[in-house]
Amino acid sequence: MSIQGNNLKSGSNLEKILKSGQFAFTGELGPPRGTDVKEVIEKAQFLKGNVDSVNITDNQTAVVRMASWAASLLLVQEGLEPNYQMVCRDRNRLAMQADILGAYALGIRNMLCLSGDHCQFGDHPDAKGVFDIDSMQLIAMVKQMRDDAKFLGGAEIHHPPKIFIGAASNPFADPFDWRVQRLAKKIEAGVDFIQTQCIYNMEKFRKFIHIAGEEGLTEKVYILAGVTPFKSIGMAKYMKSKVPGMDVPDEVIKRLQGVEKGKVAQEGINMACEQIEEFKSMKGVHGVHLMAIEWEHKVPEIAAQAKVLPRPKPE
Amino acid sequence: MIVAKRKPFEEIKEMLKGYKKVLNVGCGTCVSVCLAGGEKEVAILNAELDMARNLEDDPIEIHGQTVERQCDREYLAELDDIIKKEKFDALMSMACGVGIQFLAERFPDIPTFPGVDTTGLAVNQAVGWYEERCRSCSQCVLGITGGICPITMCAKGLFNGPCGGTNKGNCEISADQPCAWFKIHERLAAQGRLSSIRKINLARGWKDQIPRNLIQPGYKKPEKVS
Ligand code: SF4
Ligand code: SF4
Repeated sequence: MSIQGNNLKSGSNLEKILKSGQFAFTGELGPPRGTDVKEVIEKAQFLKGNVDSVNITDNQTAVVRMASWAASLLLVQEGLEPNYQMVCRDRNRLAMQADILGAYALGIRNMLCLSGDHCQFGDHPDAKGVFDIDSMQLIAMVKQMRDDAKFLGGAEIHHPPKIFIGAASNPFADPFDWRVQRLAKKIEAGVDFIQTQCIYNMEKFRKFIHIAGEEGLTEKVYILAGVTPFKSIGMAKYMKSKVPGMDVPDEVIKRLQGVEKGKVAQEGINMACEQIEEFKSMKGVHGVHLMAIEWEHKVPEIAAQAKVLPRPKPE
Repeated sequence: MIVAKRKPFEEIKEMLKGYKKVLNVGCGTCVSVCLAGGEKEVAILNAELDMARNLEDDPIEIHGQTVERQCDREYLAELDDIIKKEKFDALMSMACGVGIQFLAERFPDIPTFPGVDTTGLAVNQAVGWYEERCRSCSQCVLGITGGICPITMCAKGLFNGPCGGTNKGNCEISADQPCAWFKIHERLAAQGRLSSIRKINLARGWKDQIPRNLIQPGYKKPEKVS
């Protein structure tokens, strides 16, 4: 797999932007815990025109929500491009492949392949985690469906789904030196783009991307750096101590503590925009994935302050 | 070995409600070693049941017998005479799930109840402490994972870990649960064998989705079993 070459794999907006060498900017939307379409559409309006593609989370943190394919479809209808997330926790290979066919048939072109948080974190802690295949194997399966027109079981697919394949990478979970190897494995499995875990420890991330570059990996995959602005000091402390695999250095918290009350959220946004500025020129980084969790209405403001507007409109 | 835990007393009492004459059968092998269903545990449970039922003015005649292995016909046969003679109206087994079923199968006319919850294939870490190690998947991968089972020890059973939830060497589910893939990496790194997990482990077919029958090479199913 190589970034060079003319054939588009999926023809998605995100793929075209990345392929043309422009800096991508993606957002995120969590489906509702009910059937309210209005809630999805309202959130989507804040993202429309401000991001290239919107990740639609799949029962995120193992809490039941509207199916990610359904919320993705609502976005397609609203004229936004979804990035359909799929976790290995909730379905076996039959259900996954069926959902992928259905999603593609309904206009979904990007997919993010994830293991998924353990059920224990969610609202059904005793549910049976499926994990029939893992995220690495899911990537390979989608690639096989797309490029070989074959199901995992080997049978032929008529009209295969042309999906732009994404996956996550967490440069901060240990063992650190294995994280680049795991990225390499995902590339071998067939991933086209990577969205990273929220980055706060810039130094560690610079090191990660440097090693990935030295191993030639940043030439083989598009990497979107994950950014989540802090809304409060409480949120920063929570992320630091309670979210597994998250690396929040003390300086970051100190900086938030250093500003007047009432200005913490703005400082969080300032910090995020400074990061985005650095990513724009960081070798090996091809875009930013902004996860403004339950803060979708701030996306227009953040996008403007980060000077990523207007978004490119490929043919 | 197979490990099990005795069921809560109230649950056992409820199952045996209405039965007046019961034989509680212990097993002298795994469940005996893990302190759940051997001779001693049978005696303790019987004493508790006897006392509780007396208090409720509903006495139970409870007998106990422990055989060497309930998963073996040869040893179960030792029970034939007593069961024929005493006419129990229920049996309780304190063996693992395998033994309980074999006992129930041998005496199909008598209701048989489990006295323990079977929890897995485990090692003996210290007296009274057992850690699960194998889910008997029928396709052992320990050769590539440094002797650490990802199916059992990784909370998501991942074949290409560690996931992004690894937290300072622990699994995302708890700070008390070591991350299996962190340990796999650590052990293989020390052995200079990281290349064995650098290759992608592709999706595999599960061989444990139907009841498994194992016939060793050179053997065959007998026409009739005693
Ligand atoms: S891979 Fe794990 S579950 Fe399978 S046989 Fe080996 S130890 Fe048991
Ligand atoms: S943290 Fe480690 S043990 Fe836990 S699910 Fe992830 S890879 Fe498996």
